[in-house]
Amino acid sequence: MFLLALKMLLGDRAKYWMLVGGLAFSSLLMTQQYSVFQGLMSWTTSHMRNMRASIWVVESRVEQVNESKAMRDTDLNRVRSVEGVDFAVPLFQGVLKARTADGSDKMIQMIGLHSGTLYGRPPRMIEGDIAQLRLPNSVVIDTLAMESTRLGSGMGRPLKVGDVFEINDREARVVGICQTERHFFGYPYVFSSYDQALQYSPRQRKMLSMILAEPKPGWDTAEVAQRIMKETGLRAFTVPQLEASTIRWVWNNTGIPISFLTTIILGFVVGVAVCGQTFYSFVLENLRNLGALKAMGASNGLLAGMLLFQAMIVGLIGFGMGIGLTAFFGLTVAQSGQPPFKADAAFVFQSLAAVLVICALAALFGIRRVAKLEPAIVFRG
Amino acid sequence: MTTPLRSVNPALPTAAPVVFNSSGSLAVGARGIVKVFGVGDARTQALKGADFEASEGELHLIVGPSGCGKTTLLSVLAGTLSSDQGEVNLFGTRLTGLSASEVTRFRCRHIGFIFQQFNLIPTLSLVENVSVPLLLNGAGRRDAEAKAAERLRQVGLAGRERQLPTQLSGGQQQRVAIARALVHEPRLVICDEPTSALDSMTGHQIMELLSTAAKAPGRCVLIVTHDPRIYGYADRISVMEDGRVTHVHAGASLSSYIHSENRS
Repeated sequence: MFLLALKMLLGDRAKYWMLVGGLAFSSLLMTQQYSVFQGLMSWTTSHMRNMRASIWVVESRVEQVNESKAMRDTDLNRVRSVEGVDFAVPLFQGVLKARTADGSDKMIQMIGLHSGTLYGRPPRMIEGDIAQLRLPNSVVIDTLAMESTRLGSGMGRPLKVGDVFEINDREARVVGICQTERHFFGYPYVFSSYDQALQYSPRQRKMLSMILAEPKPGWDTAEVAQRIMKETGLRAFTVPQLEASTIRWVWNNTGIPISFLTTIILGFVVGVAVCGQTFYSFVLENLRNLGALKAMGASNGLLAGMLLFQAMIVGLIGFGMGIGLTAFFGLTVAQSGQPPFKADAAFVFQSLAAVLVICALAALFGIRRVAKLEPAIVFRG
Repeated sequence: MTTPLRSVNPALPTAAPVVFNSSGSLAVGARGIVKVFGVGDARTQALKGADFEASEGELHLIVGPSGCGKTTLLSVLAGTLSSDQGEVNLFGTRLTGLSASEVTRFRCRHIGFIFQQFNLIPTLSLVENVSVPLLLNGAGRRDAEAKAAERLRQVGLAGRERQLPTQLSGGQQQRVAIARALVHEPRLVICDEPTSALDSMTGHQIMELLSTAAKAPGRCVLIVTHDPRIYGYADRISVMEDGRVTHVHAGASLSSYIHSENRS
């Protein structure tokens, strides 16, 4: 009977495609929007993957990785003196202006690494040697900075190793190109040594943005972070803590999550509305046939099962199409790098569950109608 | 012989035996059936204590003017509508004593249906439509379709198993409906105006099939109709008026009734 139920549905092409289309659109809206949101959230924490460190020490009021409140230089030694800290290095991070070959100014994300250890260096060098950051006026740029619309502006080609541009009227010579994860602000990363970064940046009373620390072998990272906070009054995060704190900050201080959440909920509601209405109208149009089946001895349970089966099948097909479109979108934007896109297997399954809930709700309207249906309806003209 | 049925007495105990007036064994017996639709000003009493009987091997017509309660009685006899009072007995099973799910199972196993508008599922092929009662009775798809194809052959539709109902004429669709009604060998076949949507010649062909079906051992065919052209196929005719069966015609009385109806 379930096969026949499926044929009944497939036979009504208009309704079938309406249902599949509605569910595909709903799935697309939910998964695509969530993936873009995940991508954006990923961008907000990209610092942590571009400058890998076990413990991030910041000024006590800092809540997230993109926020910078300068600390005193002496804070570095205070952190180093905490028991359990293997080593701690200074880090400069700030948004500066760079002048390109054609004289235009471009914003950059300046990162100053401790020149002795280069701790916090980007994970992958594409070209050049990071160690050359120890040379005067040298910088390592990321692939985004290379682009002719960024620091390569006016060159007529992407920036390459050996090219020169200016940061704050000082020469910056490219000694390497690295691969980074794109940042939420969209500025390209430019790495230099800590001392060089201080030269590039306008002088202020306090210049130390962050301290990156590593626990001694055998010490628990979270415990060491806790000790740093207790003994210095600064704020110290492990990577998961900083990631959670950053995302929490975005949730609490921007409208981004609510906007995306609203769209995702709308996707669900549109799915329920379109599918519920279409499926109910399918049931109404087939009421006499369902009544005939009921008269012939089909129980309410069997008819409910048939309707649920029809709904679930279109749900799976619609979801498959929706997720396919989302994947296509993801592959397309992967070329350009934006909008951000980060697929999440867990959410794919959650979306599937949501689509099946949509289908169950859609079927429920029909099941209620069929349960109340008197089989004697078939004898009425 | 014309057998006037007793007037309704709702006070009669529902367990009282149904009086059996024909020579064959009782297939369908109904006694004191009352059915009311609506409430308040909209309250309509469709059946006012109807009694009804039909025997095995009988093609039994239920006739009467529009609104007299024919279809309501047929629905109650088929177990698709519950009565407010009275008792229905089908082949020795007291239908009114069964739960809703037991009635559904009983219908599934023992009753075949032929509807005025055929009610074939338009998106299913003929063989799939006909196999539905077998599938509902738990048969496997392959077996069901084999038996359905055989039934289609018996009603003259061999070779058209994979066609859709919309590709057939009204008469052919009704043949499919007959095949569907008979495929699971039901004991009772319920027909609602089976010829009203058909031309005269096709109507007669359909009635030939139903008449043959009624002769199967242990089977009874009940037909509600307005169509006097088919009265000649009846073994008995129950005439309804105002929610009651007022006369039953069989034998000589049947012939004179048919004659008088055809003349008028």
